[in-house]
Amino acid sequence: MSVQLWTWILVGITFTLYFGIAIWARAGSTKEFYVAGGGVSPLANGMATAADWMSAASFISMAGIISFAGYDGSVYLMGWTGGYVLLALLLAPYLRKFGKFTVPDFIGDRYYSNTARTVAVICALIVSFTYVAGQMRGVGIVFSQFLQVDINIGVIIGMAVVLVFAFLGGMKGITYTQVAQYCVLIFAFMVPAIFISFQMTGNPIPQIGMGAKLEGGAFLLDKLDALHTQLGFNEYTSGTKSTWDVFAITLALMAGTAGLPHVIVRFFTVPKVKDARKSAGLALLFIAILYTTAPAIAVFARTNLIETVDNKAYKEIPQWFKNWEDTGLIAWADKNSDGKIQYVAGSALEGKKPAFTDARGANGERLISNANNSSNELYVDRDIMVLANPEIANLPNWVIALVAAGGLAAALSTAAGLLLVISTSISHDLIKKQIKPDISEKGELMAARIAILFAIIIAGIFGIYPPGFVAAVVALAFGLAAASFFPAIILGIFDKRMNSKGAIAGMIVGITLMLFYMIRYKTGLIGVMDARPASEWWFGTSPEGFGTIAMIVNIIVSVVVSRMTSPPPESVQEMVESIRIPSGAGEAGSH
Amino acid sequence: MSEKQKNATAYWKENLKYLIILLSIWFLVSYGAGILFREALNEIRLGGFKLGFWFAQQGSIYVFVILIFVYVRLMNKLDKKYGYDE
Repeated sequence: MSVQLWTWILVGITFTLYFGIAIWARAGSTKEFYVAGGGVSPLANGMATAADWMSAASFISMAGIISFAGYDGSVYLMGWTGGYVLLALLLAPYLRKFGKFTVPDFIGDRYYSNTARTVAVICALIVSFTYVAGQMRGVGIVFSQFLQVDINIGVIIGMAVVLVFAFLGGMKGITYTQVAQYCVLIFAFMVPAIFISFQMTGNPIPQIGMGAKLEGGAFLLDKLDALHTQLGFNEYTSGTKSTWDVFAITLALMAGTAGLPHVIVRFFTVPKVKDARKSAGLALLFIAILYTTAPAIAVFARTNLIETVDNKAYKEIPQWFKNWEDTGLIAWADKNSDGKIQYVAGSALEGKKPAFTDARGANGERLISNANNSSNELYVDRDIMVLANPEIANLPNWVIALVAAGGLAAALSTAAGLLLVISTSISHDLIKKQIKPDISEKGELMAARIAILFAIIIAGIFGIYPPGFVAAVVALAFGLAAASFFPAIILGIFDKRMNSKGAIAGMIVGITLMLFYMIRYKTGLIGVMDARPASEWWFGTSPEGFGTIAMIVNIIVSVVVSRMTSPPPESVQEMVESIRIPSGAGEAGSH
Repeated sequence: MSEKQKNATAYWKENLKYLIILLSIWFLVSYGAGILFREALNEIRLGGFKLGFWFAQQGSIYVFVILIFVYVRLMNKLDKKYGYDE
């Protein structure tokens, strides 16, 4: 059977499953809608959290990024897993004991102030929208690649699918769909990795195969380092970023992970404090399966790519190379007219993307008009490494189709979780808590569903007309979360003396500083200024790592301001004492 | 201070002690072994891996998972000791 047919079959089966679950797990109350009724088992919650967490970026892009960045890619591996340790030890149990629906709920009550709540809602919306915009684009790309439709139609299909399960089931529907999506995506990620590991090293476990010997007797990583040096790249295992920047980015990603509202809200769904701790552990275990396999895939794919293309005649290159060339994700310019592909360090192009002309060259390759005069002749888009990997390794068609189903599961589960947080922020934190406190439960549920509809439409528009800065901004959502929520929540639990003025000042200074740095050094402001160059970074900190500095500034401002103003009221201090003790958590939302 | 409060304060102190120990390990394997001291550790080999590189891309993640489960066990015991389990 062809790849196309297999793709339709596998995507069809998995989608039927997701819809079935969404209909079975319809939400009847706001409690079911916001936190799945608080009755999800730690195991199911762990899987759902893992699926929620692992987006199209984790599934498709991460291994590709590591493949090209080598050691530098470690920031994502450590940053996006280490954050769960912070979450499990410093946040999840206490927030579960607190027992409300959302992060702004906690901030609002702990800091006894509607201003604090509003600041938190605004931060939650900024963080979630920057994150979800990238996801919808990812959904569109995956649909368009595998179902061979236009990217915008892909986005619209994705919107419709997310709408059904988020709209019907709320958190309950999303949670159980995500359990299914986790199973699909991890299976789809592992199968090709195991095949390739076995093919290259004789060991089926990718985590071990990565450090094993090749047939010739040399270690795989040594061989890859040697290939890199020979072609003029930095050694794969060394990287190029400064130690400080690696440190700062890793810390910003960790604190950001622990401060992302759509991740935190997960721990409101389990019955007890004990379960919140356990499900954080299980979530990380499920995530770790993918995150320890990704660097192995990166090494296999990188080695395979170099060996398959470097100094090989274009006419003898395998079919997958030409297929991806047709989609524009690979480009080759025969600069020295020898008919062979030279792949060495440095960009092959003027600008970032190849500009294809309609003509074909002497060897049948697609000609590009923006080749530069470096000796590198090859452009490869990083995103194809996971998608093309099974083809590069000559795996059966069903495996290639499986990767499609997995990519869709990853993209949809994350988008659904984020959209729910956005709608909850609006219906619960804004309407119920501030604008119209006497709203009935039915009315609030209706408001939540309307909010989700609007959130999906806005996210879809971002997906179809991506502002140029979206891709750049997604990675920065972590910096924003680290600079705003993370300190406010931690201090709220561990510093009884922290008061509303301190926390509000800290959050505002933190997020403003981060936004400023991001605009100044990463995105620029359209029509006003361009982004400033890396040579002007503060202390050599990249915008991705700046969340660490903004977070430290937030903490300092919070502590100083709180010590200069009056302590929080007695009732709040009692509340802090009560969340530090695990017993008597009750059900989430019983207020 | 009432008995109840004393109990709560003692529980919180032990909890903080665990947090400090576990988070020190968390810091050492990732920021220590994987970033700050990786050059030195890279001199040591673990099969085909340079040790610093292994910590950055594999080892730290394994330790993270173990840390959380150790924490779960410790806290469950602590809850029992102070009568907070349910």
